[in-house]
Amino acid sequence: MQSVSKTPSIRIIEKVIDETPTVRTFVISDANLADVLPGQFAMVWIPGVNELPMSVMVIPEKGKAAFTVRKRGVSSTALYDLKAGDQIGVRGPYGNAFDIKDGKIALVGGGTGLVPLLRLAKFAKPTNDVTILMGSKSKDEVFFEDAANQILQNNKHQVIACTEDGSYGEKGFVTDVLAKLVQTTKFDAIYTCGPEIMMHKVVQLANSKGIFVQASLERMMKCGIGICGSCCMDEVMVCHDGTVFDGEFLANSKEFGHTHRAKSGILENY
Amino acid sequence: MTPDLSVSIGPISLGRPAMLASGILGISMEVFNRIYRNGAGAVVSKSLSKEPWEGYANPTIVGIKGGYLNAVGLSNPGAPYFAEMIKPNKDVPIIVSLVGSIEDEFEFMVKQFENCNVTAYELNLSCPHVEKVGLEVGDDPKLVTKIVSRVKSVAKAPVIGKVGLGTTNYLDTVKAAIDGGADAITAINTIRAMGIDVETQRPILSHKIGGLSGPAIKPVAVRCVYEIASKYDIPVIGCGGISSWEDALEFIFAGASAVQVGSAVGDRWIDVFSEINDGIANYMKKKGYSKMSEMVGLAKRF
Repeated sequence: MQSVSKTPSIRIIEKVIDETPTVRTFVISDANLADVLPGQFAMVWIPGVNELPMSVMVIPEKGKAAFTVRKRGVSSTALYDLKAGDQIGVRGPYGNAFDIKDGKIALVGGGTGLVPLLRLAKFAKPTNDVTILMGSKSKDEVFFEDAANQILQNNKHQVIACTEDGSYGEKGFVTDVLAKLVQTTKFDAIYTCGPEIMMHKVVQLANSKGIFVQASLERMMKCGIGICGSCCMDEVMVCHDGTVFDGEFLANSKEFGHTHRAKSGILENY
Repeated sequence: MTPDLSVSIGPISLGRPAMLASGILGISMEVFNRIYRNGAGAVVSKSLSKEPWEGYANPTIVGIKGGYLNAVGLSNPGAPYFAEMIKPNKDVPIIVSLVGSIEDEFEFMVKQFENCNVTAYELNLSCPHVEKVGLEVGDDPKLVTKIVSRVKSVAKAPVIGKVGLGTTNYLDTVKAAIDGGADAITAINTIRAMGIDVETQRPILSHKIGGLSGPAIKPVAVRCVYEIASKYDIPVIGCGGISSWEDALEFIFAGASAVQVGSAVGDRWIDVFSEINDGIANYMKKKGYSKMSEMVGLAKRF
């Protein structure tokens, strides 16, 4: 039985991995977080700055967990700037998990949205034939290609990097590459995580083809445990009822792909 | 015969005894609908201010032994936005929680809800972690009377004062609310508290001081309800650490006409409402009660 903590525990950053010029992975020891299910998240406390919901990155060594962050706002940059030896707090894991189907599956991720998808890859059944589509702007921002191949070494698999400027791999948005791929390949399920507009397109595409699809969503979160309501979307709390939702629910959502809530709770358009 | 779980809190009638407490989950109509369908007697909104508030940086809510510490900072979309959102509401009993510093702000906010179906207003006189509002207002009985009487003069719906433990004797705050014309009292809010992380030696909450909720405060809240119900002739809504039907009944026996549930949602999820309803109904069958009102204040006879 998974143990769930609601109080932050302090962990030392043991290693910092530069993934791209703007993305770093921070490795900690945490036996509980090391084994979280794909789609679950932890609240990561950067003392004195903020606490952020983050998916837990797969680390091959037993008992290790990691967080992968792109520097963007004040809080993500503060995390990005931490060094080995610095302290962070973690609590969790929270949320539900992807439902991994048999057969041929596609994992469609953008940026750090690949984190829960790589964990899904780690939990893949030996019989799964796994295609990973990784979206990024340019060659400099492609990461986790080696990690994906490593995690899937015992599965039939392919990793397709897509760059918007065509500087590496397939040229174009990951959604365009997926649209072409589904014309020739019959997938049994598609899983996606990344920018919401991207996920919205993936879900629409899968739904239009009748393919089972799930997306792991991100919303502004405060408590992470279904108390504060900050992350509500339609009638669900993304932290408690999600983060993973299936295509049927998302197709009927008034908010998915359209709006998110500001810190005050006011709905804003994407 | 199936026991009747409906309750009357002075002029407020609800179909079921446990409502969602303010500050928990309450920012969208869809969520209110879901909580009501899951057995809540009413939902109390997050405390609304005149303008939208962003609240504090995280950590804003953390679990601790015995409950939760929070200093969310009263983040809310503002009364005008919220009023617009609940305009279509017909079925869900919504109690609108309001927070402010002076009576003019409260009047402005109440007027936003003129065309809304509002079951009652609950005035936040007790949030322990935001300056110039909440508990700082509750600690000033004269201001409490002014605010309550102004809200009473403009509101069509009943008015509840929510009190907590500040630096003024809370019973004086209750008296001030009664003097202003309050229809009921909710007791209590979270209790001013803090937690420090031993490893980093830092306060855990970004605001450092927040409010304690959950099982740890329940005996304190029961005592307050008992004292209010013993001293004054005003309906009381019990709040503080209720997570089971037994907890809810404890408050009823102390003198509460109904209860509110908050933190337990973090442990039991929204199933907590139907669990409380079912547990109370079974207890009533077993003990031979047919109405909730037969049980209110039974502990006072000893």
